[in-house]
Amino acid sequence: MKKEYLFDKPKNVKRFFTLFYILLAVFLIADFFTEKHGELPWENWPAFYAVFGFVAFVFLVFGAKYILRPLVKRREDYYE
Amino acid sequence: MSNSVPPFAVFLAGAFVVPFLRNRVLKSAWLLLLPVLSFVNLVHLSPGASFTVPFLDYELVLCQVDRLSLVFGYVFHLAALIGFIYALHVKDDLQHMAAFIYGGSALGVIFAGDFLTLFVFWELLTLGSVFLIWTNRTKAALGAGFRYALYHIIGGLVLLAGILLHVKQTGSTAVAFIGLQEGNLASWLIFIGVGINCAWPILHPWVTDAYPESTITGIIFLSALTTKSAVYVLARAYPGTPLLIWIGAAMACFAMVYAVIENDLRRVLSYSLINQVGFMVCGIGIGTELAINGAISHAVNDILFKALLFMSIGAVMYRTGKSKCTELGGLYRTMPATCIFCIIGAASISGFPLFSAFVSKSMIISAAAHGGMILLWFLLMFASTGVLEHAGIKVPFFAFFSHDSGLRPREAPWNMLIAMGIAAFFCIFNGAFPGPLYSLMPFPVDYQPYTAAHVMGQTLLLLFASLAFVLLLMSGLYPAEMRAVNLDADWFFRKGSRLVLTVVTGIAAFIARIGEALFIRFLPSFLSNFSRRPVSRMAEAVGRAGNPGNQDRLDQLNVIPSGVPVILAVAFLYVLAFYFIVKG
Repeated sequence: MKKEYLFDKPKNVKRFFTLFYILLAVFLIADFFTEKHGELPWENWPAFYAVFGFVAFVFLVFGAKYILRPLVKRREDYYE
Repeated sequence: MSNSVPPFAVFLAGAFVVPFLRNRVLKSAWLLLLPVLSFVNLVHLSPGASFTVPFLDYELVLCQVDRLSLVFGYVFHLAALIGFIYALHVKDDLQHMAAFIYGGSALGVIFAGDFLTLFVFWELLTLGSVFLIWTNRTKAALGAGFRYALYHIIGGLVLLAGILLHVKQTGSTAVAFIGLQEGNLASWLIFIGVGINCAWPILHPWVTDAYPESTITGIIFLSALTTKSAVYVLARAYPGTPLLIWIGAAMACFAMVYAVIENDLRRVLSYSLINQVGFMVCGIGIGTELAINGAISHAVNDILFKALLFMSIGAVMYRTGKSKCTELGGLYRTMPATCIFCIIGAASISGFPLFSAFVSKSMIISAAAHGGMILLWFLLMFASTGVLEHAGIKVPFFAFFSHDSGLRPREAPWNMLIAMGIAAFFCIFNGAFPGPLYSLMPFPVDYQPYTAAHVMGQTLLLLFASLAFVLLLMSGLYPAEMRAVNLDADWFFRKGSRLVLTVVTGIAAFIARIGEALFIRFLPSFLSNFSRRPVSRMAEAVGRAGNPGNQDRLDQLNVIPSGVPVILAVAFLYVLAFYFIVKG
């Protein structure tokens, strides 16, 4: 029989993601109850960092995919 | 003090013993003993210690110890020890010697008390590092090594010109604060010369071109020393230079966009290196005590987590011979320890709480906020998210998870695991207990990384950025990994050199063609005509002249003898004039 590893079982993958989503929820809720003394005003807004992280990530990936890649991508043997 | 030697001496002298140790155990012991010996020597040097040698009208300060150079000295030794443990299995003496020379010259740079000494070690640094690339012994490594050497030779010349001007202007050779001065060429030349080694944008392609072509073990040393010694010189000579803020921000932001679409994981990490050095350069540019402490502590942490990441991908490459996203995947199955080390490195560079970047990078970002630099603050936060993307998620995910490549390599060799273990230990230790790290900083540290708001903010940022990754991946919007080359500033060098080559060879070929036609075809046949049939030729000429019906031919013959001496005389005058102009 072929050896099965940790994430070969769909059940484990599902468990991993469940844990991940719970973690997201817990931290997001806890953020509303965290005392903040940020120097910049928006640092004190609840969930600011969550929104910023999400948006910045998508922005970066799309920028790389739709702007930089079409400009600079060449065949792998371009320099040969 | 009397028992100590300058910090570079142990490595540089020890390098030349390596080829004479034929016994494998003895050689391994030597490789591990030298960094330890050198470290013990370093510990005995207290701040203020110095070694001087007279040279011409100057005094060379081979070694000058203060808190700033000591931090770099400590972490360079740790990196060297980790690097040699990682490279213990390598049988190629040349690689070990190159690593020692490279490490020794990096120590030479950071402890140099005067700019002439610094310059000598700066050049030696290039020599040692280029052999760590060439010893990979591939065609790509050879070419990349040459381009790498060329960049650094140019950088070295710019630096040398700056140093000579600086010494002429100020009369001082001391490695001390210079600062950019308007209209002072020397300060700019030194600035740019150091900037090339610091991988500033456009001056950077030697990193991303050459590092991924170096040996698996060599890149551990490379990633630690060249850029960080340049960061050291900036911290010493140009702290608080506003231009550095924007150079650093540009480094942090542009490199990571490339990292997103790059396929070769060692190249992804090279872009990541530029991105991280960007944070340090930024901190030095801000120049407050908090910012400088942040830059230096981040340099220490970066050396360790970047080494860890390079080591984990190096171990994968050692076992599979592959380093590209498109060829890897699913390796957690048979290389679980390497996978865990890689994740520790990834968590450290991303700055998860309890991991190292959390306590160092945040100082630089805080310093930006303190200074009210709002645009910079946003750029650095954006760059922090980018770090998570390319180094935090991409590297471990595409090597160890993602699709199953079907590869089932064995776990990394024991020496690699030990080296990764040591680096991983310090990544977590520095993150969880920043006290000892902070105590080494040049300025007293008054910064508390573990506040509820900071932990919460950073965790949320990283978690929700990860969520973005999950959603993009599941929806198929995440850019697919592709086998491709992405053009970067090295294009100008690669294609530019090709253009120069085409032009030069074109001119050479043209001259060769003319020469061939003149000297090989025309002259020999013309002359041999005469030598073969001298009498008939002469008779022909005379016969023609004697033919009264051919008067114009006769005119020609009469004209030529009188014309030739005139031409010869004029030519002689030209030669004479040219000779006097050149000599005079």
